[in-house]
Amino acid sequence: MAQIEVRNIFKIFGDKPQSVLARAQNGENKDDILADTGHTVGLSDVSLDIEEGEIFVVMGLSGSGKSTLIRHFNRLIDPTAGHITVEGTDVMTLGTDQLIKFRRDKMSMVFQRFGLLPHRTVMQNVGYGLEIQGVEKAKREEKAREWIDQVGLAGYEDSFPSQLSGGMQQRVGLARALCTDPEILLMDEAFSALDPLIRSDMQDLLLALQTKLHKTVVFITHDLDEALRIGDRIAILKDGALSQVGTPADILLSPADDYVRAFVKDVNRARALNVDVIMRPPALRLTDETIEEAMAQMRKAGEEYGYVTYDNEYRGVVTLEAMEELNGDGKIKWAREIADLTHSVHPDEPIEGAVPAALTVDYPIPVVCDEGELVGIVSNEDMVSVLDQPDADSGEELRH
Amino acid sequence: MFPEFGKPIKLATNEFIDWLIINHGDFFEAIANVILTILVALEKLLRGTHPVVTIAVIGLIAYAASRRFSLVALMIGAMYFIGALGLWEKAMQTIAIMLVSIGLAIAIGIPTGIFSARSNRLRVIINPVLDLMQTIPSFVYLIPAAMLFGLGKVPAILATVIYATPPLIRLTDLGIRMVDSEVVEASRAFGATRWQLLRGVQIPLALPSIMQGINQTTMMALAMVVIASMIGARGVGETVLLGLQRNDSGEGLIGGMAIVFLAIVFDRISQSYGTRLQAFRNVAH
Repeated sequence: MAQIEVRNIFKIFGDKPQSVLARAQNGENKDDILADTGHTVGLSDVSLDIEEGEIFVVMGLSGSGKSTLIRHFNRLIDPTAGHITVEGTDVMTLGTDQLIKFRRDKMSMVFQRFGLLPHRTVMQNVGYGLEIQGVEKAKREEKAREWIDQVGLAGYEDSFPSQLSGGMQQRVGLARALCTDPEILLMDEAFSALDPLIRSDMQDLLLALQTKLHKTVVFITHDLDEALRIGDRIAILKDGALSQVGTPADILLSPADDYVRAFVKDVNRARALNVDVIMRPPALRLTDETIEEAMAQMRKAGEEYGYVTYDNEYRGVVTLEAMEELNGDGKIKWAREIADLTHSVHPDEPIEGAVPAALTVDYPIPVVCDEGELVGIVSNEDMVSVLDQPDADSGEELRH
Repeated sequence: MFPEFGKPIKLATNEFIDWLIINHGDFFEAIANVILTILVALEKLLRGTHPVVTIAVIGLIAYAASRRFSLVALMIGAMYFIGALGLWEKAMQTIAIMLVSIGLAIAIGIPTGIFSARSNRLRVIINPVLDLMQTIPSFVYLIPAAMLFGLGKVPAILATVIYATPPLIRLTDLGIRMVDSEVVEASRAFGATRWQLLRGVQIPLALPSIMQGINQTTMMALAMVVIASMIGARGVGETVLLGLQRNDSGEGLIGGMAIVFLAIVFDRISQSYGTRLQAFRNVAH
């Protein structure tokens, strides 16, 4: 069971939302409903499963309903119809007191314009969530100080938000959200108001914290590059309805409809996709062969190159050409002794990281993981097939 | 040509007031007594204190509110001048009435403003009532007030409160509605109760606007002192009234000057306190 389950959420804005619910549920066009009744369909039949510990990004342009959607998770907004279940609890059934307890224990939120309390210092802002819970001052200041350190704001405890830059203010927002140790972090366009450089810093900070904390993060953004960079999975929202949910590679390589296709068209895939998306098993894997045995195997397989692993560890590439040059002089016995270890890439590296190596040598680049194991190879053809846009024409049509 | 509305309204009102006096006279007298007790005690305190002490206290309050010696000097100068006009005693009586009126206006105005900020429906009801309170000539309600509470200070305070509370209600409402919605959302998202949200976020952030409201209320209350003196409230308003009745322009002028100086004292102190509350907004980057 997913940690957060969203089922058939409809949100209609207007005087009598229930009166037009049936029309929205029948799938009528939202423009028609607006023209007929003056009601705006904010969300239309949204269903999602968000797993524990993942960064789930909801991406959409302004007016797509993404900020409305995230406010349903902690019921800052109530849906017109539908259910939201968090860890098996139907959030819609919570009474006032239970809802307050739920907000205190389960989730916290980071806001686009930071939402800091301007009349309170950094320390008081970060400790706010605990203060609301009635935690005594000494204890919450200790906790707050810890998180102020974590986000790199030590020394600013007594500053007011207006004394800090935007990036620093959002660090306060992040520390405040983490200080209550919630399981789920809701981030509403948290980095959208920041300069590009600062935004990238904040993304790094979030990713670094996430490797330690493993929170469930629901992240809202209108920036596809940001979504691809930090998202484990991405949901694309258009006019209040979901267009596609999938991993960054799913979204980029198999867009579900023209809208998504137009969106991903200008993305730099070499930067957005990682090597593991295109790698394949090595054609010829050698272990403890001698030079002669290795040459024999290569000739048999019709391969010019072999990838040597020994003790579960990658040792390098041998080429048939290099071994032939040795002329069997017998000084070197094992194939692994002449293997070339110079070029390799990590599976989590963007594809563009493999390009320099690919231009230098003429064999597919080996992909080696943290443990030193060979997990695959990346050929020039695979890179070209992904980086080349197969349906650039249809994207072009959408633009006009 | 016209149907007759005036006469039935007139008769019904008179009957209603008579009914109130006969059936609930004790209730109104009890209210009047509570207000009167507080007022008399305050007046006694202010008149019993040596002017030097009073001036020193006002200086200290000015310093506490502004941390500026120039304001302290101005406030002491203004109070000294009122004394020099020969109106010290009367000024103390006026200050006592003012303080009680403002206290009542705050006790009524701020909670009403808070409720009105929470509900659009309530605001729709309250707004025309506030318009009425500010536009209807005070003599209209002074007559029944004097009948219900007796002549003198209590109806004067009542009239002052009716006239001076609306701006405080309006500015409290506005101040709370203007609080950044993201900050309010943040507070709610962390699980704040309504009371925690109000006390920790909405009131502190609306405080500059609320202080502005208190300042407006004070100024409008001072504008009522002459009318209050017409139904027997003592104070500097009396001097102005006397000047009017005796065709004595000089007497009227010094009464007017005393009112203006009192207004300056109340205004400057409450304004500078309001400004200092916003210090966190103005820190240099």
